[in-house]
Amino acid sequence: MAGFDKRVYSYEDAMDGIESGMTVIAGGFGLCGIPENLIAEIKRRGVKDLTVYSNNCGVDGFGLGLLLEDRQISRIFASYVGENALFEQQMLNDEIEVVLTPQGTLAEKMRAGGAGIPAFYTATGYGTPIGEGKEVREFNGRHYILEESVVGDFAIVKGWKADRYGNVVYRDTAQNFNPLAATAGRITVVEVEEIVEPGELKPDQIHTPGIYVDRIIQGTFEKRIEKRTVHQG
Amino acid sequence: MALTREQMAQRVARELEDGFYVNLGIGIPTLVANYIPDGIDVMLQSENGLLGMGRYPTEEEVDPDMINAGKETVTARPGAAIFNSAESFAMIRGGHVDLTVLGAFEVDQNGNIASWMIPGKLIKGMGGAMDLVAGAENIICTMTHASKHGESKLLESCNLPLTGAGCINRVLTDLAYLEIKDGAFHLKERAPGISAEEIVEKTAGKLIVPDHVPEMTFEV
Repeated sequence: MAGFDKRVYSYEDAMDGIESGMTVIAGGFGLCGIPENLIAEIKRRGVKDLTVYSNNCGVDGFGLGLLLEDRQISRIFASYVGENALFEQQMLNDEIEVVLTPQGTLAEKMRAGGAGIPAFYTATGYGTPIGEGKEVREFNGRHYILEESVVGDFAIVKGWKADRYGNVVYRDTAQNFNPLAATAGRITVVEVEEIVEPGELKPDQIHTPGIYVDRIIQGTFEKRIEKRTVHQG
Repeated sequence: MALTREQMAQRVARELEDGFYVNLGIGIPTLVANYIPDGIDVMLQSENGLLGMGRYPTEEEVDPDMINAGKETVTARPGAAIFNSAESFAMIRGGHVDLTVLGAFEVDQNGNIASWMIPGKLIKGMGGAMDLVAGAENIICTMTHASKHGESKLLESCNLPLTGAGCINRVLTDLAYLEIKDGAFHLKERAPGISAEEIVEKTAGKLIVPDHVPEMTFEV
């Protein structure tokens, strides 16, 4: 890797440096726009005791669900879980700590973390179990709770196209948490469907500017659909 | 007769106004999209990052990169915009969404809502519901008025852990349409053939009943 050329050519190189006990921030919503090959590489490496920030935890045998098989995740911050039997079982056995986090708060934790803002006030969760034990302040007659931001040791991101400088664009709703995760990793790894020549991506249409990105890898994706719904007639 | 799910969706759809940005939750709220009145244009917001959700795709249009907040494959309509999750919740928390429709287990006379966890049962999470109720000024809750065992879900004070405090101002149940203000439910309309007395009996919270309560009508 020289200068601004952020390309790597193996998933082993892409996840170089990940260790047990680290915090990993993952893009994706459900199975849409998940960094599926980077997750598979984390499974292959067998690192344990990970803290994961991700909206969901995949399904049995796919996505982050893969990391449950060898109990690699000890704690997860997510807004909605339990689409997988293994997750439910580990949650009920207290083998995984789940910190349920409102979806917008989770997104803002990543956005603010990447932007150098260590915490923020939000009305979301005030007066609910989520607000318990958190600092409350009143602004303009409304109550807000203090939520802390996150910076991860690694951020794993799925993009559509990128150039070697690490500029990334996302496709359709596969964008979701990905650009936020990309800003919030000490090491940010982005896997994409296609690496294009510099200049092919229009500068004013870049979603993630390369400054946030450390490594880029081109992969192939299964893109599993969670709920296939079609229009009849 | 208690309202069917489709009738509940139809009744909620009457609250839509031309030019509204609307977030519809899972279940009955989703059905509201089927009853948008002619001549009214609304943009549906899906909190995974889509403003201008269209119909479900045909087999040929199915695209794994194009889903809604319920993780169903969808399409984008002309005029749609797609953005990241922080942007999506900026719209929601920032009060830019004109109407939010979501389900609930319980609501109370002070506008508190419980919709995401039942202690002792498996908890899957709140998704975007806490942000939605915290951000929207205009929320309609759709729910059944009472449990199968006849216990009211319109309470003096919610028993279940809250999703949001003091945020609900309108409720449509299978029996009635009500507003919440000044610490009470106000009965506005009743389902066809349902008496005000029955609604009083099935409402545990403080309920204000005017002399005349109009009956909802539905086209067959």
